[in-house]
Amino acid sequence: MAGLVAEGVSLTYAGVGRDTVALDRLDLSVAEGEPVAVIGPSGCGKSTLLLLASGMLHPDAGSLRVGGEPVTGPRLATALILQDFGLLPWKTVFHNAALGLEVRHVPRAERLERVMTSLTRVGLAEFVDAYPGELSGGMRQRLAVARALALNADLLLMDEPLSALDALTREDLQDLLLELWRQRRHTCVLVTHSIEEAVFLGRRVLVLSPRPGRVAAVVDNPRMGEPGYRATQEFYERCVELRRLLAEEGALGALVGHETGRVDAGESA
Amino acid sequence: MSGWRRKAAGYAGATAAILVLWQLGALAIGSRALPGPVPALTAFATAFWSDLAPHLAVSTWRVVAATALGAVLAVPLGLVLGRSPRADAVAAPLIFLTYPIPKVVFLPVLLVLLGLGDASKIVLITLIVFFQLLVTARDAARAIPAGSVLSVRSLGAGRFDVFHHVVVPAALPDIFTALRIGTGTAVAVLFLAESIGGTTGLGYYIVDAWGRLAYDAMFAGILGMALLGVAIYELLEVAESRLCRWTRVER
Repeated sequence: MAGLVAEGVSLTYAGVGRDTVALDRLDLSVAEGEPVAVIGPSGCGKSTLLLLASGMLHPDAGSLRVGGEPVTGPRLATALILQDFGLLPWKTVFHNAALGLEVRHVPRAERLERVMTSLTRVGLAEFVDAYPGELSGGMRQRLAVARALALNADLLLMDEPLSALDALTREDLQDLLLELWRQRRHTCVLVTHSIEEAVFLGRRVLVLSPRPGRVAAVVDNPRMGEPGYRATQEFYERCVELRRLLAEEGALGALVGHETGRVDAGESA
Repeated sequence: MSGWRRKAAGYAGATAAILVLWQLGALAIGSRALPGPVPALTAFATAFWSDLAPHLAVSTWRVVAATALGAVLAVPLGLVLGRSPRADAVAAPLIFLTYPIPKVVFLPVLLVLLGLGDASKIVLITLIVFFQLLVTARDAARAIPAGSVLSVRSLGAGRFDVFHHVVVPAALPDIFTALRIGTGTAVAVLFLAESIGGTTGLGYYIVDAWGRLAYDAMFAGILGMALLGVAIYELLEVAESRLCRWTRVER
């Protein structure tokens, strides 16, 4: 139903004095139910790609299709999770999770049921009346995920969703995202700066080139999702391979420093 | 419950401190123009139902009506201007030129045009509140983070949804701040307007008592005006704590 196909997609941001080519004839295909991770240097157009796929931006050239339909605007079953989680501080946990359903005029009774189900699923059922300001970073991220679940989204677009979290919370949330994918088998595009996260959550990992962004390499990662994958030799090898590809793209300087330590830890396991 | 109790204790303490300072000031100055709290409060209590209440009611009506009118006109307009660069390009120069003009100087004009009754006072205060709220609402709407709007729009929200779910609640705390400052100014301007034109309202009552050298009655009027200011402030405080609950929980 909800595979994502991009063909020859280009987008240029008009700037003051100088235009910025964010994407240049990008081709991309994500199969229905496939979890894909996208990694690349800063400013390679990764976020732009998600905004295009969610219908928030329109390409200058080329086309995007979700589930076979051309993307013309926000789609009902596409969920976009942003880096800052996109939560509204003036709404309670419940109403933040219900926002997509409210905007879509889903009847109250159904709204209540779907929101409570999704909040329970991410472990926030006890916090329905709290405000985002009262939650920890990890809980806020769970709330953003719950909002996507309440939409019954079949396409999940995530823009560095875990980058603001500390290492332990981050692994916890990675496990949650993986578990949800195992249960629901939604199509998933995860933009990340983290090599390890890309290998843990992407059955395929796309490496984007520096600006203007194009797909420079694809790493197949068929064992993604297997129990205990994080501690295997293969996981480590994928990380090394990805690191090498990124180095070829001149991207490593832009990646987060603590990655080195995390991958070394994987080797000793 | 303990929050209420602490608040009540705070008010009781502050009231006591003010009464003591007032008494000391009255003793130190020793003038008939500054009676101590006992004669003033006695005059307030005896004059309240017979004399003061109608004037207090008129003044309250004028301030509340003018503030409500100013808010109803200014807040939607300010929010739209803050979110629409095109509308703002047209309106901003007009606002920048008219905002700094002290509206109170139009009091004589309004008294001539609209007479000595409610209309001239309400229009003047509406003007003042309108500009303060317009500028605040516009700036608050401009300052809304793009991410908040983006996340709601990505859920399929239209323009109206963005206003309902993002722009209005995001601007509300700033609007309440402007309302508090604005109503403070409004009561002050009300005194001026009522003391200059007309025979109703607390401003008239105070100046009339002053002219008759009835200083106790004058102070009763001053107390009434203070009561009006405090009541409006408290009302806004209660409304804000209801409508902006999230600002009280942030850690």
